[in-house]
Amino acid sequence: MMTHIPPNEGLLLAAILFLLGLIGVMTRRNIIYILMCIEIMLNACGLAFVSAGAKWMQADGQVMFIFILAMAAAEVSVGLALILQMHNQHKSVDVNVLNQLKD
Amino acid sequence: MGIYHLLWLIPALPLLGFLILAIFGLKMPNRAIGIIGCASIGLAALLTIIIGINFLTSPPTGNFYQQTLWTWFSVHGFSPAISFYLDPVSLIFTFVVTFVSFLIHWYSTEYMRGDEGYPRFFAYMNLFVFSMLTLVLANNLLLLYLGWEGVGLCSFLLIGFWYKEQENCYAARKAFIVTRFGDTAMIIGLFLLVKNFNTLNIQDILTKAPSLWQPGATTAFWAAILLLGGALGKSAQLPLQTWLPDAMAGPTPVSALIHAATMVTAGVYLIARMHVLYELAPVVQLIVAIIGAATLLIAGFSALAQRDIKRVLAYSTISQIGYMFLALGVGAWSAAIFHFMIHAFFKGLLFLAAGAVILAMEEEHDMFKMGGLRKKMPVVFWTFLFGSGALAAIPIITAGFYSKDQILFFALASTKGSFWLWLCGFVGAFLTAIYTFRMVFVTFFGEQKKEVHRKPTNSIKIPLIILGILSLIAGFIEIPKAWGNFAPFSSLMNKVMPQVQLAAGMENKEVLLEVITGIIALLGVYLAWQFCLKSPKVLYNFKTTGLGRFIDKFFFKGFMFDQLYDIILVRPVVWLSKIDKRDFVDRIYEAIGNLGLLLNKIFSRTQNGYLRWYVCGLVLGMAVALTIILFV
Repeated sequence: MMTHIPPNEGLLLAAILFLLGLIGVMTRRNIIYILMCIEIMLNACGLAFVSAGAKWMQADGQVMFIFILAMAAAEVSVGLALILQMHNQHKSVDVNVLNQLKD
Repeated sequence: MGIYHLLWLIPALPLLGFLILAIFGLKMPNRAIGIIGCASIGLAALLTIIIGINFLTSPPTGNFYQQTLWTWFSVHGFSPAISFYLDPVSLIFTFVVTFVSFLIHWYSTEYMRGDEGYPRFFAYMNLFVFSMLTLVLANNLLLLYLGWEGVGLCSFLLIGFWYKEQENCYAARKAFIVTRFGDTAMIIGLFLLVKNFNTLNIQDILTKAPSLWQPGATTAFWAAILLLGGALGKSAQLPLQTWLPDAMAGPTPVSALIHAATMVTAGVYLIARMHVLYELAPVVQLIVAIIGAATLLIAGFSALAQRDIKRVLAYSTISQIGYMFLALGVGAWSAAIFHFMIHAFFKGLLFLAAGAVILAMEEEHDMFKMGGLRKKMPVVFWTFLFGSGALAAIPIITAGFYSKDQILFFALASTKGSFWLWLCGFVGAFLTAIYTFRMVFVTFFGEQKKEVHRKPTNSIKIPLIILGILSLIAGFIEIPKAWGNFAPFSSLMNKVMPQVQLAAGMENKEVLLEVITGIIALLGVYLAWQFCLKSPKVLYNFKTTGLGRFIDKFFFKGFMFDQLYDIILVRPVVWLSKIDKRDFVDRIYEAIGNLGLLLNKIFSRTQNGYLRWYVCGLVLGMAVALTIILFV
């Protein structure tokens, strides 16, 4: 039996998680960490959807979460493939190496 | 009714041909290009003939058929449609355009053989036919203007077809710029019509105009004269005639199709189409007649002194269109269109035959270096003779006699005609006979000066023969009233055009006039024979005198119009642009450009290649956007 969690607290948690993820994306140099932070942000969004769905008693929030889950899976597979390529070509996972496109 | 629904196919087929040739032309073998180029026009011609027979045997109600494909655009109740309008006038034009074009395309498959621009040539030609058909079938003036500019563009592209020689490019640009003067006048005329009628539908304008304007109203005058400006440019009439002789720089089939048979008569079509406007502006109609008369004389005199066989034909084209304008000016609408049709046959023929001669002479244009080709090229000689006979209006046996004689009669007998207009046309007929047969005698008689290099093949001979036969017999569909009551052409035209008003007591003068014109034409031929073959010494001696040299040069240069325009237009513009190289307008545009460069320099520094920087930008932007949404 699940404990009932008040929706506002769920939303607050989602916001905190999202910010944590965002700060990670902005400060980390290792691309694997950046990818994981993006995952955190995605899941924070998912949590926000579910909480909002619970607050207004709508199933749409959970439907959206399933969408996000599927999309996150696709994104990770592409992202990991890119990281492998990056490691192959640059022998590094530091995003600051990837600045050849600057003006 | 069924067959009329295929009307849209007539312009669509050449367009399809153009698209195929333009997209895939470079990868196709020449044979396929020739087949596609000809077939698209041939099918259109066939369809026109079928629709035409239908139209003649069982005319649709009101003698017109209209097919609206879609609305082009719609702004404030002004909504021109992509819509085709078929009535006897556009039927005749469509028939001539498709039929003559088909023969010329066929001829071109041989004429252009071995040219590296083979696919380009046929693509342009098909595009031209499409534009011309749009022009004649359009039900509103805006669509007509689209076709009008389309043919202008194709004319430009084809005059400069051999663009590697700079002279050809100059000629192309000259044609484009000179006709632009007329087209500018025409588009202003269209604006005026939209302002007054809020529509450009031709039939609507024609029915509303008489109730809106009194005869002689000022607005009607301006509308008519502005449209006339467009017609003058396209049809190479005074004072915008100077581009046509130079347009001969293009390949000969182009001269035959665009600069003789079809495009240059677009002005005639426009005026005939808008005939109600011109009847409401009698002053402009008189101007049309005077311009026609003056042009035919000037061009006739100029043709006398030319040495290039194509330039003789170019001046004769200007002169013959002058006749059509004369007919329009005296209200003989049907006669003008009749002369257009006959002229398309014989002038197309003359150019094609001249092209065959030029091919045989290895691109030699000077007819005084040819001579004696009668025996070597019999088919070309005979067809050229038929065409020349029609051009010179040799009585009874040629088609040109029937059409030109009708115009001369109406120039005198119409209520809008006068003795002076007739006299100009009469002198013009005399000149026509002289310069035409001068050309025949110099090219085909006398001693041969150059070997025949390339014999004409069947694709050249057959179009020549078909057009040659038409140049002889096509006139019989309009027998003069004095001879008998057989005039199916004008009775077809008069279903949609007003009949010419004859002045009192003129009916029985027709025979007398015919006899005089016939005699003058034959006299012209005799003079040409006398001075070009029998005793050329006389002319030669005259040309060595001071006066003779001056007249020869004056006529050769086409009354010095080029030199005149050079002084009053070209040089002032060049001078102005020279002294005004760095004016403040340039500064404004330079400043705009520099501002762009400066901004570019600033913003390009933000693109530093660090992911972190971009994410920060994203977050900052989002924060600003959220703040605005939530708190403002």
